[in-house]
Amino acid sequence: MELSSLRAEHVITDKEAKTIGRIEELSYELRIGEVMTRNFISVAQDMRMEQVLDLFREKRISGAPVVAEGSLAGILSIEDLIRCLRAGDTQALVTKYMARQVVTIRAGDTVIEALKLFTQKQYGRLPVVDESGKLVGILTKGDVTRGVLRALESDYQMEEIRRYRASHLFEDIVSERSSLILRYTIAPRDFACGGQASSSIKKALLRLGATPQIARRCGIAVYEAEMNLILHTPNGGTITAEIEPHLINIKVEDDGPGIEDPSLAMKPGYSTASEQVRELGFGAGMGLPNIERCVDEMSLESAVGVGTTLTMKIDLQPPAIELRHRYAVSLGRWEKTRPAIASRQAGESGPEGEVAT
Amino acid sequence: MTLVEIIEKLGLELLTDPKDFSQVVPSGGYASDLLSCVMTGAPHQGVWVTLQAHGNIVAVGALLELSAIIITGGAAPDQETIDKANHEGVTLLSTGMTTYEVVGRLWELGLRNS
Repeated sequence: MELSSLRAEHVITDKEAKTIGRIEELSYELRIGEVMTRNFISVAQDMRMEQVLDLFREKRISGAPVVAEGSLAGILSIEDLIRCLRAGDTQALVTKYMARQVVTIRAGDTVIEALKLFTQKQYGRLPVVDESGKLVGILTKGDVTRGVLRALESDYQMEEIRRYRASHLFEDIVSERSSLILRYTIAPRDFACGGQASSSIKKALLRLGATPQIARRCGIAVYEAEMNLILHTPNGGTITAEIEPHLINIKVEDDGPGIEDPSLAMKPGYSTASEQVRELGFGAGMGLPNIERCVDEMSLESAVGVGTTLTMKIDLQPPAIELRHRYAVSLGRWEKTRPAIASRQAGESGPEGEVAT
Repeated sequence: MTLVEIIEKLGLELLTDPKDFSQVVPSGGYASDLLSCVMTGAPHQGVWVTLQAHGNIVAVGALLELSAIIITGGAAPDQETIDKANHEGVTLLSTGMTTYEVVGRLWELGLRNS
């Protein structure tokens, strides 16, 4: 499908949609502001055509906007210059020959809007204005091509890296069940290192080919757990992430102080954080609820004076069907699980009483 | 709207290494000083407006892949935090304006959460 065949009135059918390539997609995603030329050459309205002629020749351009006090007054193209030369009128002011009815495009519009204008109206360049109508750039077809190519290139590079990374580890190493284990020791009160384990796990997942979305979810969940170790434990704790091709299993363990009532700790807004810690922006009482939101399965086991074990599971490949989670609460334990499909069919409420998802 | 426009129009001070901000288009914004709330509420590649200036904002910024963190009220992060931000590729901006004012200006510029 050619770009030029995309017109405003053209409705794309499902069949055609399948054949829309990445370039078409990009022209709907990229904004004019991202591809336009910002350092453009403009002409002042009190300039003479002769000066414009020199300017165009010197800068090797074939058109420029005419600006009066920062706003767009008109546009001059090589055709206007030719008209002026034929009339032998090079001493005239630019205002005599410039086109005053100028079609502009907004910086926030998508590239496809510009492509439509270029093909419909045969324009060589379009002045780009911001929301307040101020001239902020110039867009030529060349800018669009360069912008799309640049975006394609970064797409391509990302895809290459991702494929390379993903294809290796788990495919080349043959075992009945391969997994990669990452271990981190978290020191108590070590605010400066807060976020290091979560950031490392997130990067590892991206390198292994996880989607950015899953890597982000995992990063957030581990960050909250990591900060809990830093903020609330006397001796810190450990984070172990076991990555398998289809699943990441994370275990966070500490040896104190333990959570008195895990179901209370799961309540958004409930916090035991000290005033000092709150001043740093922690203690919103959202840590565990945040984790719960980000993971597919979670279990929190705790005993006062003994310690806390938090386990989380995130699917690296989304399940084909959506499963409803089951929440179970018992003394010293809080759990979010997904029942097997078979038991779900048998009846949705479990013996421990289900809370709606 | 690009980050360049935001920096210029709000007169923000860049604390981290310069990048090609004309290629950075924030997806929206979020304002809070509570880190967990930011984790929940800030849009991916958005800007985060906060009074906090300590090292942990960088971790949050990196995890959420924020376009920038705007530190308000003239709060100044220490060199360690700035170094960490450069290492993680997180952009830190600073202003003497209050969070309220910054958010108002961003909204006025048309930065809304889509």
